[in-house]
Amino acid sequence: MALSDSALKRPEIDGRLLSELVDYLRHVSTDLREEWVRRIAEAQLLGVMTPEEVFTEATAVYDNYVDALETGSVETLQAYARDLSERLIRRGIETHEVLGIVLLLRDVLARSLFEQYKSDSELLNRILDAYEPAANRIAVTVGVSFVEERERVIREQQAAIRELSTPVLQVRDRLVILPIIGMLDSQRARQLTEQLLHAIQTNRAKVVVIDITGVASIDVTVANHLVQTVKASRLMGASAIITGLSSGIAQTLVDLGVDLSMMRTVGDLQGGLEEAERLLGYKVIQSSEQHTVEDDD
Amino acid sequence: MASDITVAILCEHDMVTARAASRELAQELGFSRTDGTLVATAISEVARNIVSHAGEGEIELSPVYEPRRYGLVVVARDSGPGIRDVESAMTDGYSTCGSLGLGLPGARRLMDEFEIDSTPGRGTTVTMKKWRERDDLERLRERRTAVG
Amino acid sequence: MSVPILKQGDYLIASIQSALTDTEVLHLRDELASHVGRHRSRGIVIDVAALDVIDSFVARSLREIALTARLRGAETVIVGIQPDVAVAMVQFELNLDPLHTALDLEEGLTVLRRAFEERKTVGV
Repeated sequence: MALSDSALKRPEIDGRLLSELVDYLRHVSTDLREEWVRRIAEAQLLGVMTPEEVFTEATAVYDNYVDALETGSVETLQAYARDLSERLIRRGIETHEVLGIVLLLRDVLARSLFEQYKSDSELLNRILDAYEPAANRIAVTVGVSFVEERERVIREQQAAIRELSTPVLQVRDRLVILPIIGMLDSQRARQLTEQLLHAIQTNRAKVVVIDITGVASIDVTVANHLVQTVKASRLMGASAIITGLSSGIAQTLVDLGVDLSMMRTVGDLQGGLEEAERLLGYKVIQSSEQHTVEDDD
Repeated sequence: MASDITVAILCEHDMVTARAASRELAQELGFSRTDGTLVATAISEVARNIVSHAGEGEIELSPVYEPRRYGLVVVARDSGPGIRDVESAMTDGYSTCGSLGLGLPGARRLMDEFEIDSTPGRGTTVTMKKWRERDDLERLRERRTAVG
Repeated sequence: MSVPILKQGDYLIASIQSALTDTEVLHLRDELASHVGRHRSRGIVIDVAALDVIDSFVARSLREIALTARLRGAETVIVGIQPDVAVAMVQFELNLDPLHTALDLEEGLTVLRRAFEERKTVGV
């Protein structure tokens, strides 16, 4: 989101007026900063930070805020806002807190300007005309930067989760299982496919069982990835069995045009393993209490 | 930093050169081995078209950077006879005496973006792109500086 | 560069070492056809483990080899397709039908033996 420099400076604003405004705010900075910090505590914001930390950040924010008013430059402000956001996000500060403190600062400064210039209402009006749009742009810049930074952090975390390898388990000779748990998106699906195909090579697997019982939801894209994984497995000489695909989801996918015909799907993992063993030529003997498996080769 | 490279395609052997160059660029940009193979395969198709349909041409490989994403661009150019019916050429199963076979639709499926511009009598230009998220670029840089 | 063809009992094994040109592919096809005829081979294993790319030309060539071999009574199986190549082939929608595929030489021979048994029982 690009905010132009001109958004912070209006041509009608008297350069001297803005200068005077900024000088005043710097002059009373100590008092206003304390006022601001007091109001932050009152609003119960930044609770995770110590008073000392709040004060340090408040000082930096205040100074940057006034600089931005003076120079009209958004870039410096954006850079500072991103940096600040990164620190705050790591402390667990929420979006509403960040917006809250910026708006409180805006209000503290506005009140102070009002007190200072109330004796001359025409001057006060011109001062507020200069101050308000600039202050609002600042609030938006900081808010947007915080949200963008937060989204970036979330994406990073998701990538880190993806990079944790999902174990492909070798159950018995020539058979591997890939249990998938959690959210499955395109990127993760691609990664799992690579892992599975390498496992087929390493384990010389002839059958793979892909268990999706633990997958919350599957959309068409991911379902197509599964189909592609099955086809790629076949090119490497392995048959694939999908387990844990509820009939409801299966029907939805078929309705959406996903070709499930080449996939063997079996209700649960246990059933899938039995089917796999059948494919591999093992005989499953059922006794009254338990299953025993004999090699039949 | 990754840079542009242009491979002249004059004979079958040049296809191998183009593929190897694309793998190198893809790796530099942090693409997975699989993505590298997707790109190399797409290049194999268009390069082969150049050799068998136009006789000669060139393939240009370059990195591309945008605010939210980055990736690589493949431009395959020739001044050959061109393709009269691009739309048909882009459907599976189309072939003229075996030379254009199934190559182009497949290449499109391998890449994220695919554009073909052809004028009969003047030549053909195929532009293909593959993308990665910007976040991945930053992570890649971090990892590489950490390793030294 | 020609492709070495080994004979293992009733089966032929061809290992493709690198990307083949048009001429080399045609040569391989004729060589295999002639070997099948001469030795009455039951099947051919083509190992593509060294190929880092399988494009539509290679796929078409392999299919032609298989069809030619089948005319002489031999089945063909492709082995050694690498994981990333398999992904590319599927995404490309490259079809290797009616070719068999298997993981490696050992599996390939198993597939060919089974195919031969089936043909015998069916009486083909």
